Amino acid sequence: MQDLVKEKPFKPLVVSFCCNWCSYAGADLAGSSRLEYPAEVKIIRIPCSCRVDPLFVLRAFQRGADGVIINGCHPGDCHYSTGNYYTRRRMAMLFSMLDFIGIEKERTRLEWVSAAEGARFASVMNEFVGELREMGENKRLGDIRCKE
Amino acid sequence: MQRVEGEIKQKAHELLKSGVVSSVLAWKKGDLVYDAAPAFFKSPNALEDMVYNGFCCSNLSKYLIEKDSENEKVLVFLKPCDTYSLNQLLSNHRVIKDKIYAVGIGCDGKIDIEKLRAKGVKGILEIEEDGESLKIQTLYGDETCVRRDILLEKCLNCKGKDHMVYDELIGSELSEETALGDKFSQVDELEKMSSDDRFEFWRCELSKCIRCNACRNVCPSCTCRKCVFDNPHSGVNAKVNVTDFEENMFHIIRAFHVAGRCSDCGECTRVCPQGIPLQLLNRKFIKDINNFYGDFQAGETVESRSPLFDYNFEDIEPNVISKGRGIN
Repeated sequence: MQDLVKEKPFKPLVVSFCCNWCSYAGADLAGSSRLEYPAEVKIIRIPCSCRVDPLFVLRAFQRGADGVIINGCHPGDCHYSTGNYYTRRRMAMLFSMLDFIGIEKERTRLEWVSAAEGARFASVMNEFVGELREMGENKRLGDIRCKE
Repeated sequence: MQRVEGEIKQKAHELLKSGVVSSVLAWKKGDLVYDAAPAFFKSPNALEDMVYNGFCCSNLSKYLIEKDSENEKVLVFLKPCDTYSLNQLLSNHRVIKDKIYAVGIGCDGKIDIEKLRAKGVKGILEIEEDGESLKIQTLYGDETCVRRDILLEKCLNCKGKDHMVYDELIGSELSEETALGDKFSQVDELEKMSSDDRFEFWRCELSKCIRCNACRNVCPSCTCRKCVFDNPHSGVNAKVNVTDFEENMFHIIRAFHVAGRCSDCGECTRVCPQGIPLQLLNRKFIKDINNFYGDFQAGETVESRSPLFDYNFEDIEPNVISKGRGIN
């Protein structure tokens, strides 16, 4: 049994929404600084973290994501001045509701990563993916039609 | 209540005849005594079928939407809780105040027919409301019921008997307090459960959903001209749920789209043919909003700004809410 587990470690699929102005550049910096972060993280570039509709998060889970993380500029640094303040309220509500419905709260996250924080981006992703590896597959918010 | 009904009818008659309003929005007698349904009355003669009793529970505010484009004025009768919804619609510019004449009417809680049925009362012919008790004539003899025992869920969590917006009041002095106490008690109970138990609870409830869309259609806060669920590509407009995901997603999004605008009128729970406690989802949002962003009651005033259309520099971080984690 031990060998079997070793043979096929669980690879979580993580969707990471990154704001164009800060976090996407932060991810870029992580890459160009040759910092390691898991390949399971799939980055989706968005104009601003407040572009993330709650539906996007659910949709990601439907299509088989095991965790969703939204990255935006630090509060006060939004390229559009106030976008991330709205995101903060919206996502606080959504994450709390997902928890209320019984979806593990560790699967959703909102982080502030600036363009200069390549190291932070890498460490956030490492930690998040590490947790998801322990938690295992997302079974509560998936869609059987989207399974391979 | 009989006296109030008389006064309401008289008012409607008066305004229709004088031409101040061109139609009246009120409740119409149904085939059965407990079937009162919303209806527009266009002529004084039609008013004969108008009723106001313990079964006039539907929230009439939603029917005022899109009435603004017509060249007419509508007389509408609103219970206290309906006025919160009207305020919400006014602040969302879905109803124009000049096009309506709102008469606030008294309410002492509305009756849940399902609770009556559960008590074994069948074949109802006539119901006489007499203060705290109900005299019911049935095919099988007479019965009496205590009003408090058969009130609708939403009335047991009543927001109060004051009208938020009105042009005139009728019979508001007859309103009796029906609220039992803390409206968040059920939400609290669920929050105390483990994540697995909560998931189990919601699976049991949401799997009953037949996607009839009644909750969406009746909601006075849910008034977009184009709805995300009507989009054929939304993946959730299937008549039958293919997977659990659709049910979860539909109900999370439905509740989310009215978060901060939901006045907790309880129509979603009332109309659900499957008896899903949908209001719990909305209440969870209301509770969170109150906790994190300060007490807020949607529809209290026209000017109030929804907490989700607003922000504060010191707002709490979502990660703090869910566990107090996060790398610093």
